[in-house]
Amino acid sequence: MAKKVAFLQGNEAAAQGALYAGCTFFGGYPITPSTEVAEVMSVELPKIGGKFIQMEDEIGAMASIIGASLTGAKVLTATSGPGLSLKQELIGYACIAETPCVIVNVMRGGPSTGMPTGPSQSDVMSAKWGTHGDHPAICLTPASVQELFEETVRAFNLAEKYRTPVMIMPDEIVAHMRERIVFPEPGELEVINRTAPSVSPAEYKPYDTSFGDVPPLAAFGTDYRFHVTGLNKGQDGFPTTKAAWVQDEEERQVRKVEGNVDDIVQFEEYELADAEVAIVAFGSTSRSARFAVNEARKQGIKAGLFRIKTFWPFPEKQIAALAGKVKAFITPEMNLGMCTGEVKRCAEGKAPVHGIFRVDGEPINPGQILEKIKEVK
Amino acid sequence: MSFDYDKYIRPGKLPHIWCPGCGHGIVMKGLIRAIDTLGLQKNNTAIVSGIGCASRLPGYMDFCTLHTAHGRAAAFATGVKMAKPEMNVILVGGDGDGTAIGGNHFIHACRRNIDMTYIIMNNNIYGMTGGQFSPCTPTGAKASTTVYGNPDPAFDVAKLAIGAGATFVARGTAYHATQIDKLIAEAIQHKGFSVVEILDDCPTTYGRRNKFKSVIEMMNRLKDVAVPVKAAEKMTAEQLEGKILTGVLYKEERPNYTDEYAKVIERAKK
Repeated sequence: MAKKVAFLQGNEAAAQGALYAGCTFFGGYPITPSTEVAEVMSVELPKIGGKFIQMEDEIGAMASIIGASLTGAKVLTATSGPGLSLKQELIGYACIAETPCVIVNVMRGGPSTGMPTGPSQSDVMSAKWGTHGDHPAICLTPASVQELFEETVRAFNLAEKYRTPVMIMPDEIVAHMRERIVFPEPGELEVINRTAPSVSPAEYKPYDTSFGDVPPLAAFGTDYRFHVTGLNKGQDGFPTTKAAWVQDEEERQVRKVEGNVDDIVQFEEYELADAEVAIVAFGSTSRSARFAVNEARKQGIKAGLFRIKTFWPFPEKQIAALAGKVKAFITPEMNLGMCTGEVKRCAEGKAPVHGIFRVDGEPINPGQILEKIKEVK
Repeated sequence: MSFDYDKYIRPGKLPHIWCPGCGHGIVMKGLIRAIDTLGLQKNNTAIVSGIGCASRLPGYMDFCTLHTAHGRAAAFATGVKMAKPEMNVILVGGDGDGTAIGGNHFIHACRRNIDMTYIIMNNNIYGMTGGQFSPCTPTGAKASTTVYGNPDPAFDVAKLAIGAGATFVARGTAYHATQIDKLIAEAIQHKGFSVVEILDDCPTTYGRRNKFKSVIEMMNRLKDVAVPVKAAEKMTAEQLEGKILTGVLYKEERPNYTDEYAKVIERAKK
């Protein structure tokens, strides 16, 4: 049987990906340019007995999904820059309470209200450093409608597997463009569910590290009763200020992600084998970069593209290895140098990094990148 | 035989953090008696709180307990209730947590009439942070941030809840300990969003700044200002001056949120 094919908007694909992954709860608040995610979920979730709630504000939306996740549901919210700033409070809560959840953040111009309908890639640092305190961060930056679907499924898998919030951040162009999408059959993409406790309710502790860095999570409303708090907690979930334990706990929470980068980090290498100039790009900008690479190759310039799919954890190893091979990096991005700074950090001076920055609400076009390739080759 | 509170308390979690003379423990005991009266199942009951002294209550209780962020209890609880409507969901917290930083979540939980019970321990102050004025601190009162007297008018929590759409609103006091469990039990039984405000005391950060010589004096104030709604009907305006009504202040039957959403699911499946 032929696969189901559709002409879909990015945000619609994110919602469909969430449903494929088994999402049964959405808590949201309207904000441009992410609202279509909420709209689709409000239509589709009740059809499968799931729940959609439009909360009173962005913080409430984030709170509602954490509450629902603790009952065992796979949960989603969607927002954009100003909403992400508000949600940061409880993204930190989800990190420390180790509650799986997925946040779609469509990147628009900022700071503040900025340019609500203009594309941007300037929230990637917020994804890692937005909430206070040390915490794990996973952020995916898809570049097409198909990939937004598939990466949303992966975002749920990572959230469930590592008991942590995962952000999926399409820029506004990826979120609002329409493309052909081929729906995977059920079972075709891997779908991961959180690990349920294997011990009896009497023995259960919600942060029992004898099961490894990711302790099994029970659900409210079952035979398991437990306590959840935003305070530093012991294995049993109750507040503690015991210095040695808190130190270990904080390190474990970060290690859940930083210790599993090979499982989490995905990227695409295009024409990089013999490349002298490597473009490092993500989201819609990587599509212009690919075009520019093709044009450069036609003109005899050895250019290649390293496309970031997982922005956090950052593909440090891969960029460091590239730095030893290429003459120069070019980092086009719709912000004033967020990815550029990371590439510089990883390159450690072995190759110069040339940024192309645009924050005027216009995409970076292939010509702009090609020009830079010729300049630095 | 005396009532066995230990049945509902988590072993090893006491003593609590509350100061001598604080009324929060009286409220917790009232809540436990109400739960016992109604026979609520521990596995099927979530107790959710925000931040503050009162919000430490869930940690002591042997239920599904969720100590959330400052002001956010109602929003977290809404997620729990929506996802599992068959669960009993009880919220607890203080006046600052519920009516200042959590004000928006509070009024919208009232508006939705989602079937949960919210117990607000109103001690007129931010106790945990050392006694700053809250939206429930009386005008003129002293707090660590109003040493010249509080210029702010105070919220009437019950009126706020009624105005926002809560369908059961009651008020008790920490002095009238034996009434607390009855009010809470009736609130939990009510189908819809129910609010129980308990006038409470904070001798440590409010009493000592406002010329209360002892906890007994603070408790006596609660006794003196409280007038049951039934008794108030027979009193004149002059007699009611400075008094606070207690008992069930408001009750109405209105469709509750999770039942309404179940209808949404039915319509969507057609």
